[in-house]
Order: sequence, then C-alpha cells, then structure tokens
Amino acid sequence: MLLLECPYCGKRAESEFHCGGEAHIARPETPAELDDQAWAEYLYYRTNPKGLHAERWQHRHGCGRWFNALRDTVSDKVVETYKMGEPRPDASNANIPDPAKVRSA
Amino acid sequence: MRRFSLASLLQESTKGHTGWERQWRAPEPKKHYDVVIVGGGGHGLATAYYLATVHGVTNVAVIEKGWIGGGNTGRNTTIIRSNYLFDESAALYNHAMNLWEGLSQELNYNIMFSQRGVLMLAHNHHDVVTFKRHVYANRLNGVDNEWLTTEECKAFCPPLDTSRNIRYPVMGGALQRKGGTARHDAVAWGYARGADARGVDIIQNCEVTGLQRNADGSVKAVETTRGTISCNKVGVVAAGHTGVVMGRFGLRMPVESVPLQALVSEPVKPVFPCVVMSNAVHAYISQSDKGELVIGAGTDQYNSYSQQGGIHVTNHTLDAICELFPQFTRMRMLRSWGGIVDVTPDRSPILSKTPIKNLFVNCGWGTGGFKATPGSGHVFAHMLATGEPHRINAPFSLDRFRTGTLIDEAAAAAVSH
Amino acid sequence: MSQPFRIQSGGHIDRSKPISVSFNGKTLNGYRGDTVASMLLASGSHLAGRSFKYHRPRGILSHGSDEPNALLSVDWRPEKGKGRRDPNNRASVVEARNGLKTETQNHWPSLERDVGALNDILSPVFVAGFYYKTFMWPRSAWEKVYEPVIRRAAGLGEAPEVADPDRYANRHAYADILVVGAGPAGLSAALAASEDGSSRVLLADEGFLFGGALLNDATSTIDGKPAKAWVDEMVATLDARENVVLLPRTTVFGYYNHNHVAMVERVADHRDDALEGLARERLWQVRAGKVIIAAGSHERPLVFENNDRPGIMLAESARAFINRYAVKPGNRMVVATSGASAYRTALDAKAAGIAVTIVDIRLGEDCGTELAEAREAGIEVLTGHTVVKALGKARVTGLIVAPLGKTGGVGTRRTLECDTVAMSGGWTPSVHLFSQSRGKLVFDADIDAFLPGQSVQNEVSAGACHGIYDLSAIIADGAKAGGGSREVTASATFTGFQPVRVLPTDEDPKKVKAFVDFQNDVTAKDIKLAVREGFESIEHVKRYTTTGMATDQGKTSNMNALGLVAGLLDRPLPAIGTTTFRPPYTPVTFGALVGPSREERFEPVRKTAIDGWAEAQGAEFEPVGQWRRAHYFPRSGEDMHAAVNRECKAVRTSVGIFDASTLGKIEVVGPDAAEFMNRMYTNAWTKLKVGGCRYGLMLGENGFVMDDGVVARLAEDRFHVTTTTGGAARVFQHMEDYLQTEWPDLDVFITSITEQYAVIALQGPNAKKVLEPFVSDIDMSEDAFPHMSVREGFICGVPTRLFRVSFTGEAGFEVNVPADYAAAVWKALYEEGRKYDITPYGTETMHVLRCEMGFIIVGQETDGTATPDDVGLSGLVSKVKPDFVGKRSLSRPDILRKDRKQLVGVLAKDPKEVLDEGAMVVDDPTAPVPMPIAGHVTSSYHSSNCGRSIAMAMVKGGRDRIGETVWVTTPKGFTEAVIATSVFYQHEKESIDA
Repeated sequence: MLLLECPYCGKRAESEFHCGGEAHIARPETPAELDDQAWAEYLYYRTNPKGLHAERWQHRHGCGRWFNALRDTVSDKVVETYKMGEPRPDASNANIPDPAKVRSA
Repeated sequence: MRRFSLASLLQESTKGHTGWERQWRAPEPKKHYDVVIVGGGGHGLATAYYLATVHGVTNVAVIEKGWIGGGNTGRNTTIIRSNYLFDESAALYNHAMNLWEGLSQELNYNIMFSQRGVLMLAHNHHDVVTFKRHVYANRLNGVDNEWLTTEECKAFCPPLDTSRNIRYPVMGGALQRKGGTARHDAVAWGYARGADARGVDIIQNCEVTGLQRNADGSVKAVETTRGTISCNKVGVVAAGHTGVVMGRFGLRMPVESVPLQALVSEPVKPVFPCVVMSNAVHAYISQSDKGELVIGAGTDQYNSYSQQGGIHVTNHTLDAICELFPQFTRMRMLRSWGGIVDVTPDRSPILSKTPIKNLFVNCGWGTGGFKATPGSGHVFAHMLATGEPHRINAPFSLDRFRTGTLIDEAAAAAVSH
Repeated sequence: MSQPFRIQSGGHIDRSKPISVSFNGKTLNGYRGDTVASMLLASGSHLAGRSFKYHRPRGILSHGSDEPNALLSVDWRPEKGKGRRDPNNRASVVEARNGLKTETQNHWPSLERDVGALNDILSPVFVAGFYYKTFMWPRSAWEKVYEPVIRRAAGLGEAPEVADPDRYANRHAYADILVVGAGPAGLSAALAASEDGSSRVLLADEGFLFGGALLNDATSTIDGKPAKAWVDEMVATLDARENVVLLPRTTVFGYYNHNHVAMVERVADHRDDALEGLARERLWQVRAGKVIIAAGSHERPLVFENNDRPGIMLAESARAFINRYAVKPGNRMVVATSGASAYRTALDAKAAGIAVTIVDIRLGEDCGTELAEAREAGIEVLTGHTVVKALGKARVTGLIVAPLGKTGGVGTRRTLECDTVAMSGGWTPSVHLFSQSRGKLVFDADIDAFLPGQSVQNEVSAGACHGIYDLSAIIADGAKAGGGSREVTASATFTGFQPVRVLPTDEDPKKVKAFVDFQNDVTAKDIKLAVREGFESIEHVKRYTTTGMATDQGKTSNMNALGLVAGLLDRPLPAIGTTTFRPPYTPVTFGALVGPSREERFEPVRKTAIDGWAEAQGAEFEPVGQWRRAHYFPRSGEDMHAAVNRECKAVRTSVGIFDASTLGKIEVVGPDAAEFMNRMYTNAWTKLKVGGCRYGLMLGENGFVMDDGVVARLAEDRFHVTTTTGGAARVFQHMEDYLQTEWPDLDVFITSITEQYAVIALQGPNAKKVLEPFVSDIDMSEDAFPHMSVREGFICGVPTRLFRVSFTGEAGFEVNVPADYAAAVWKALYEEGRKYDITPYGTETMHVLRCEMGFIIVGQETDGTATPDDVGLSGLVSKVKPDFVGKRSLSRPDILRKDRKQLVGVLAKDPKEVLDEGAMVVDDPTAPVPMPIAGHVTSSYHSSNCGRSIAMAMVKGGRDRIGETVWVTTPKGFTEAVIATSVFYQHEKESIDA
C-alpha cells in the first residue's frame, strides 16, 4: 500500500486516496471544435509511461482535495506531490528515467 | 519435431530420457523476416504458429525481451470461458473456445484443458438480470451458458455457502459448462514448439528498441538489442508493455498498464470441482491439477510496471473467498504475484491496424487475455498474413475509440440503480 | 511412547512441564519448548511423511520454517469439536503442547505402507513434465480418466471440511524501526536502534524463542558469556525498554510498497488454555520508517543419490535438535559436508554421545581450523570424499562414500554405517524480504550467494542474510544497521564452504535419484532434462520441473537448482537469473489476511432510519449496493406476487408510503451553482425558478447516461440534487472532480447530504390528505405548491424540504427530513394514513409503478452504453448550451447511427406471461445460430393496474417499430410479443395535479 503525501494533510496510506489517472490533460475549452480523433485522444489516449508518471490523486477519505503526484511506475516511488494547477515539477535529480524526455530526444 | 506420445515417453524412460530434443531452438536473428512478432507470450506465439500452419508464412520471428511465456501468460489464473454478452465478444472468445477444444492434440502438447465449468455467481437483482441477459444472448450466439438456481449452484460447487448468512447471499448463477482451465505455461511452450518446428525463429532476450520506416512511412525494420531486423510487417503483442513498445515506435495508445494480483494456496487434495467467479464480491477461484487453490485478486488503482501491488488487494479478495467458502479460512496463501495488464477504455481488446502501414497491434486484453489465446493468435495471424482484419476481429479496431463503437462488457455489467 | 533419544540434561525445554501429543494415533512425549519434530525424534523415529509425487518415505530435514518434508495435518483443539484442523503444518515449527492431534499426509493406507509408493517404481516414466507429453488420447480421457487420477494423487493434505470457528485479528502499526529476526544480528540491531529511548522499535521473530541460531549453540561465548546467556540478557534489556515491542511467533511475510510490511502473529494455537474470544492469529500491517532485515540464512542440502531418506537432515538442524531440544537424532551419525559449519554439529554430536564420522568433499588443505579441531576431538574425517549414495529406505542405514581423484574421478567405495546423516552444502542468505522490497540482488562468488544490492526502500540487511557468518561480525553488523556500533568478542565461527551442486558419483546418472527439491520430488535428473529440452532460464526450469514451487518455496533448493542449471549451460550463475521472491515468506492463513471482515463485517450493511420499522412490519429486504432496502411488505399468507399486486393497487387508489432515503442527495451551493449545474447536466438550469424542481440527466464525458434524478432549486445559489441510490458517491465525486480540477474558477461548494436527510415518499390520490395535518409554514394549495416544486417548512415540527414530485404517476410528495427525526415522522404519517388504508410499499412496487408510467431506472434500462436518445430522453438534452459534460461525445459517428437500440415497450401476446428480464428480442426465431439479436428486455413485471404483464426493452430502431411482432426468448424457447410505446398505464384523469 502506497504512502502518499497529501499537500494539505500530510502523509497518509493509499487506502485514503483515489487515483484519477494521468495528470495535466486539460478538458478542451471548446470540445465542439475538436474532430472525432482529437476528442478520442482527449478521452482515451494516455502516455502510460514506464518511468515517471504525473498522475491525479484525490484525498477522498480525508480532505477530499485533488492533487497531483509524480511517481515512478517502475519502483512506485513517489518523487513529489503538488497542488492542482501547479506545474509538473522538475525531477531530473530523482534519478528515474523519464520516458517523455527519452522519446523527444 | 519429435512427437510426444505414451510410446515415445516409455521408450525414453528406458534410456533415462536422454533422447528428447529441444522444444524450440535458440537461433540467432536473421537479417530479414516476412513478419516480426514483438512479444513471446501466448498470444504472440499462437500468432506465429497460425501464421505458419494456416497461412504458410514461416519466415517469422517472435522477439521476446525476456523468456517466452514469462509475462501474463505465466501469471494468470488460467480461466477459460466465452460467455460474453455482446455479439462481437462472444464471437471472438468462442472462436478461441473452439480452438481450445482440440488444442492438446493439434499441438501434440498436453495443455491440460479441463472443461470443469465456470460458474458466475449472482448476488443481487442486478446480477440476476445481467447474467440472464448473458445466458439468453449466448444461446442465440451458439455459446453454452445456463442459469442455475441457488440450489443448483450448491450442487455444482459443494464448498459454496448458499445460506442466507453471508453478507451477499447467492441468488443463482450462470454456468458455462465448456469453460474451465488450462495449464498456462504449456500453452506458451506448446505453441512455441509447434511454431519452431515449422521454421519460426523464437528469439529470447531480445528487446525491441525502435522502428525504421520506408519513405512511404511503412514498416521497414525493427531495431533490437540484437541488431536491426528488416521485415515486411510487424505485429506488436506485448500486453502490459504495449504502451512502451508503441511509444518507441512513436505512437500513443488508448491503454493503461496496471498491476493485477493473483495467489495460490498450499496444495490440498481435490476439494473444488469447478471455476467460480463472483463479480459482485470480486473473487475468482479454481483448484489446479497440483491441488493449489488458484485465486484471482483485483487490480490496483494506479498505473504500474512493477508486477507488485498492495496487500489490501489480496486481503479484500480473500475476504470474498472466505465469505463464499468459509471452509477455506484455515487454508494458507502460498504464493502471490502480480502481472501487468493493459486496460483499454472499454475493457475490450484491440486487434487492429495502426496509423503506421504494416504495423499491427494486438493488446488491451486487460484481466482476461489468457482465455482468448488461440482465437487471438488465429485472427491476428490472418491480419498479419492478409493485411486486413478477420471478420471476427474487425470490430476490435483502434478506430472504435474515434467513432464511439465501443464494446463495453464491463459497463454493461456495471451496477447503478 | 517413551523418549529414548532424549538427552538427559540441557536444551531450552522446560522439563518441569511434560506434555504429550497425538501423532498418527500414537502418543509422543516431550516437554514444553519442544516442537512436534523434536518429540518425534526423541521417540527415535524420523519418518514424518510421504513425498508429493513418488510417495517416498520422508523424514525431518530441518528445524525451521524451511522444512519441506515433515508436513502434518494438525487439529489444534480436537476437544472443541470440528473445524480447527488444517493441513501442511511443518512439524519443525509446530510448538508442541498437550492435546494436539497430528497426522501425517499423502499416503494410503498408512504412513508405513503406502500404495502410492508404486509411483517411485514408475519414476523412470514420471520425469519432469511427463504429463505434457502424454494423456492426450483419446481426447475425452483427459477429463474423465487422467486428470481425476492426477488430481487425487497430487495435493498434500486434506482441506478443512467445515467453516473455521476461530476468529482472527488485524492490527495496523507504525514503527520507526522494524527489526526482522531476533538472532544475534537482530538483537544487536534492536538494541542499538532503541538506545535513544524514543524511537519506536518492533522486533519480530517467527520462532517462539528469541536467539535465532544461538539457540542451537551450546559452546560459543560472547564476551565470555555462553551464547544463550547473552541472548537472555539482550532480551531482558530490550524488554525493559518502553520504546521496544517484542513480537515472538511473528513472521514477517511480506514487504510491500513504501515500507508497508505485513506480518502474522500466532496468538492462540500454542496456548494451553483456549481463551474464549482470543484471536487465533493477528495480521500486523506495519508502516516502518526503516526496516532492518536480520533474517538469517538457510542451509543447503547436498545432492546425492537417495539424499531424501529419513534420518538424513541438515547439519545445523541436527545441531539444533541436540543442543536446543536435547534430542539425539540417532546413535551413529555421518556428517557429510562441503563446508566448515557442519564440523560444529559433529563436535556437538560427539559431545552428546553420538558416534560421528565426517565426510568432507573438500580437500584437507582447503579446510580451516575446524579440521584439526574435529580430529583432535577424536572424530574420523574423510576429506576429499564424495557421497555416492545413501542406503536404507524408511531410514538411512549407511552412506556409500568414495575418495575423489585429482581429476574428479571417483575412487574406491566405502560404506559408512549410520542411522543419521547431517549434511551441509553451504549457506544461502535469506534475501526474500530484501527481494520483495524490490532491491536488486548481487551475486557474490566468494560466498556463492546472492546478496542484497542497491536498496529501493529504506531498509538494510544485517548478519547472515547480509552474507556475514562470523558471530562477532554479525553482532557488529547488526549494531551498525541499528545506527550504533558494538564490538564484542565472540568465539570463532567455522565459516566457508565449497559450492557443490551435485556430488560426483560413478553411478549411471540416468538411474540416480538425487533430490534438489524434496517436497516436489525434483531430482538433478529432472533439471538436466529441462535444460536438454531448451528450458534455460531459471523461471522456465522452475515452471517445467516445479522446483522451488512447493510450500517451502525452495528455501533449501533454489541455489542448488540455479547452480546446477548454470553448470549444465556452462554459464556464470548470475546469467541464469534468480527467481524474484514474492510474498509470503512462509504460507499465511487466509483467515489472518481476512481478519474480522466476515459476514456483516465483510461490508457494512447500510440501513435507513426507517429500516427498523420495516423489519418490525415483517418486510422482506433486498440488497441494493451496500444498502438493504425493503423489497415488499407481505401480509400473512401472501407471496411476493400477491403483496406487490396489493401494494401497486393501493398506491393508485388511495395512498402508499415508501422509504426513499437511499437516494443520493447532494447540495450544490454558491454564486456559480446554476452555471455548474449547466455544465454537469444535459438540461438547462438557469431558468429554473427558486422553488421549482426539474428532472436532471447526467452523462459521462463519453456521452452515455450516467445518472438521473430530481433537482430542486432552493435558492438562486442553492440546488438540492438527488441521484440514484447506487450512483450517489459516484456522482458526488464526478462533480467534485470537475469542480476542483477543470473549473476551479467556479464559486461552488458541493456537499453530500445523503445520510443527513431521510426521504419519505407519500404517493397516491390521498397522499396530500395524509400529509397536510402535519405540515406548517407551507401553503399546500395547488396553486401555491404545484407538481414539480419544492417548499421548505416544517412537518411534525421538524424542518423539512418537501418535494412535490412523483415517480409513480400519482400525485405525491417526497418528505425530506433530518434522518434522526425520520422514524417519528414516518410513524405519525403512517398512523394518520390508516384513515385511508395507507400501504407501505417496497422497491418492487416502486419498480412496477414507475414501469407502468414508462420511467426508466438508470442501471436497469441503461447499461453504460445508452445515450439520452436511446432511452427516449433527447428532449432533456439542451440544444442551446454550447457545452456540458458528455455533449461532444454525442456527435460521434456511432452515436448518430440510426439503428441504435431504443427504449420501447414489449407486450407479450399472452397477457399473463411475464417476460424474463434480460431476455433477448429477435425478429426471426427460426434463423440459424448465431441468430441476429434485435434487442433485450430491461424491465418486466405483472401490472395489477394494467391487468396484464408489461415490459420495457431496448430494441434496434425500436421507436419506428411500434406495433410490430417480435419474439422474446424464454427459458425453453421463444414467445411472441408486440412492440409498444413504453407508457403502459393511462390515468382516467390527470391525477398528478389532482
């Protein structure tokens, strides 16, 4: 069971939290302007990285607040949790492969 | 290929079994293959086997990053059934069921397919209606599935507690008598041996790192840790690692990889005659030929490639098992493990063309891929050989996520009222 | 049985407490502090079981939890009746006490004479994986003949027959430092870690005595004190520290994410008194700041022909039986070894009066001081010798040994008569927990072992599991792991061994049965066969031969198997890989993992405020999610059908009362509440007047119907939203998600009020008459309080949100009152209602009534794949709102398809016939299979108000097919039906507004 640090409440066991999948996928401002493929990608397509993953969590059985976490999907180590609206932290010191960067390289 | 038989076994018994040959070779990769299959699990090996046997395409390589059958093929609870609700799913899984039935003989490898019956329990009105809907739909699709009363459930599975004392009493169940289990490793090995004997190269410890494309964008070669291999077509059958492989090819997929846990008990003498599944309380159980109770647990809630989940998932599963089968409370968990399953938005698989010409993908089987192994390999081989989907796998395209033509078995069974 | 092999003094047993246990119906005698294994040995017998496949007689191999052979069925409290017996208990760790009833397993008719031993004779056929090669003809024979035979032969013990009457406990704990194992390293680590007096330290050990290997040690000293005295002192010091919790009988079995560690404590089975209510076992889930693994090591057997004969045991185990349990394993012992540590066993055996010979595969010049010490003690040592085979069957009677030539040849044989063999093939650090923590193992060729490499979590290994075998070094290593330092002077330890996978032999290798995995009967020959057949990874070898997959999980066998494969393939051992260890370290009782989560505690039963009243009225209940809801209220002699008919009639003719409290209720509040509602629901909310109600439809972003319910506007900035019973939490979280993550700019708060408000529905022409006398501060007149509106006031003096709404088609009200007052309000209404023959009704009647009106239930008519248009609700989808959740998905190609399933009514030709819910609708029942399916029945009832059966169905293109004949499946075939509109009941007058 993971140990997650809610940015509002502190460290709590995973059983208090709900995972909401990949983070930083904003709902399009005007969905009507998206074609079917673009809408499908918003709805369904995910990065699913093996390595650093920015993901949404909600402290559901606690304060109820949503926040983001940067977690290594190989070791399950949580590098950092941060509030909604804050940018994805730079984790270059975490020594965890970031597939997003590998791919763009 | 040396045939397996009682006669050959007895003959070898007199010689200390020194005459058996390798079940598959360990070849060096060739410069070029007609088809490269990425992923040496059951589905990939079956694909290679049917490419060779059905389509006569034998210049094929199966490339496996670790050891064949080492992923979900060797980590699942081996349940086989085909009583799916929607026509499209029923056709796919029943295609597999038909192939399972003669598979030991066809492969000349005893995969121990045991049609012990799969019983799915109903615990509320919604379950009852949902399962009856399955039973009726299956009948019209030629899939065996029948409704059992609570008493009939008890008769079919004596350890089941059908009293009113449990939290969610059993209100009946849907039984597929043709359903059952098979020996998972043997399925991988049997297909590997069969494919190898027909010229397919099985290349283990070889990881795919990239894709080279022709000027027209089509597949040219795969780059691997053992060099570049040119090929006409590529089929990716990488289960939980689909996202990783397709990512290396520059494609994002509508799949997410999550840990799925399972466990076995210590072996005991025969006590459990069938397979029982309960979606309402989340429990799946059967007894292996070796005597272990094989129990499927749930998935963890987050993406992970760690093949390890939390203990609360196994605990919750055992809560349900002991609730349904109170006599097992003193049994012991012997081993637990995790697999990485790739889950699609509608929890149905993807067997599809991709935006890259001559690149095909077979993935998204989620928690239920083992049962489809022969059918999946059979239709995917058709696709790789002809370039076009088989009638059965046509609905399972990537395009369905654009059009909204989802095949959502899980939503159809979801509780909400 | 007397104890002929009990040594007269010494040992860590309590001679003042003699005990006896039943073993296969015979009585074994011993003392508190014994295990069943030590008692069996004290009686002079080693025979403790039959092997899995070949049914070979097996003895006691080990003294610990790695025992593969001596597995017993134990009835822990036979005096208390059935249900407390379980199989596969390792005799070596079953803490003996009076009254235990134990039996050996896997034999028929008896342990001594077992018909299954025929398999041993057939063993040339039954090699690894033989079953993959045969049993395939004829096809049907696998399930009818072969598989049943294999199944009966397999398995070990018998599963418990009846439900377990014991209870189990569960505990969550936090530790600054969790120390695993209370041997010298663990004790030393715990002492250092707790030195500050404030760090919370847990020290857990699977055994019932602390001390680990020091318990087996009668000669070593630490700082001049005997080892056991040092242990006692350490334990006393730790015990006196308030920040230390000592947990004997507690196995740390699982190392999960983020230092979440699971352990199981055996609480009751060892107790003489069976305290009522005491849990049998307790699961501990510990979140540890740091974990110190001091789990020790496992001794490796030697692999030679017939190395499984009873009387052959691990050398350290023989020492444990002699020193800890004061039992002689035999009178004449051969110590066969490839390393130094077994010399200690030889010396201690000799001291205990056992005749001893040592056979060492190592050459004399490769040995350390142990050689001279043994010889000095008068023990014959044959160095440079191999063991060719063991003699005897039910008990070892001798060893054939032979010198090894310089080039590896086997020289002239010599038979050493004996009744016991103590063997040692070296040591394997117990890296299970480290591996479970995801740390990567590193191979250390010097000690031929995998050792902990880089850590992934905050843990550290110490002592033997860290590859350190010298006692002083172990204690220092433990202290270092605990954050301190400690230098002690301890006796020198005999360390070092020569790795040997299979002992050289001049026998025909094809005929030699030398066991690698004892429990699963895997021989060196099997592993060779697997490699010959191309199974080269250790994972493949394991799966093909089953080596390492028995209940001991290969603790004694894994390294021998790995080394053997590496040797056969001529590759370095690490290239073969090592298996990844998974929880549990030793098998764990399901009950412990379940804890108290049984029956009503499996999941809480949610009950409404009215539940008690309904129960007193004799209501039948049904589960709906976690709720239990009154299904119907039978009067005496009524079945469900009769009761529901009566209830349905009553609502339409007079008045019914219904507990709708399970409906989800959410308050949406704030200046932007209406805008938020606009975005979450398909309908428009801006124009809904304060005091008005509107039926709301909610979609998922995928465009499919997610939930529905009546929404009331209590104020400009306040909505009272209702949801389906099952959807309450889902809808709330769905709203919360969008509010927080997509539209944080909206000034809105949402609050779940499901539990705060109970809902009493009064439905029927007399509903208003029943209600009116109790209502204050609300104008109940038609004009002031029309249908689909809400008023706030009081009922019975209790604040209420009174909804004038109907899910039945009758005039009706839903009375929302604070849950604490609901029962009183309900009773008042019910008493008043008696004037009108008020009828309580349950969920079944509610379903029938709404079906009569063609109202859908989300989850029954919809199934997660239905759009608003599919269920005839496109009128509720705003055409003018630019966006709402799910809108974009409604214009996807498949959603616009014309032949989608649509909600219609279906009426069976025979009005008495009630169609099956879930039945399929087809056009041509004679079409060949697979038959085209037109749709399916979603709801179906007998309607007493309609005087016939009614049903709703989802049918392809259904709305254009009204009046057409279709066929509906029945359990036996098909029945004829007609497609109709889905409104079945027509009022004679507009009763809702009456």
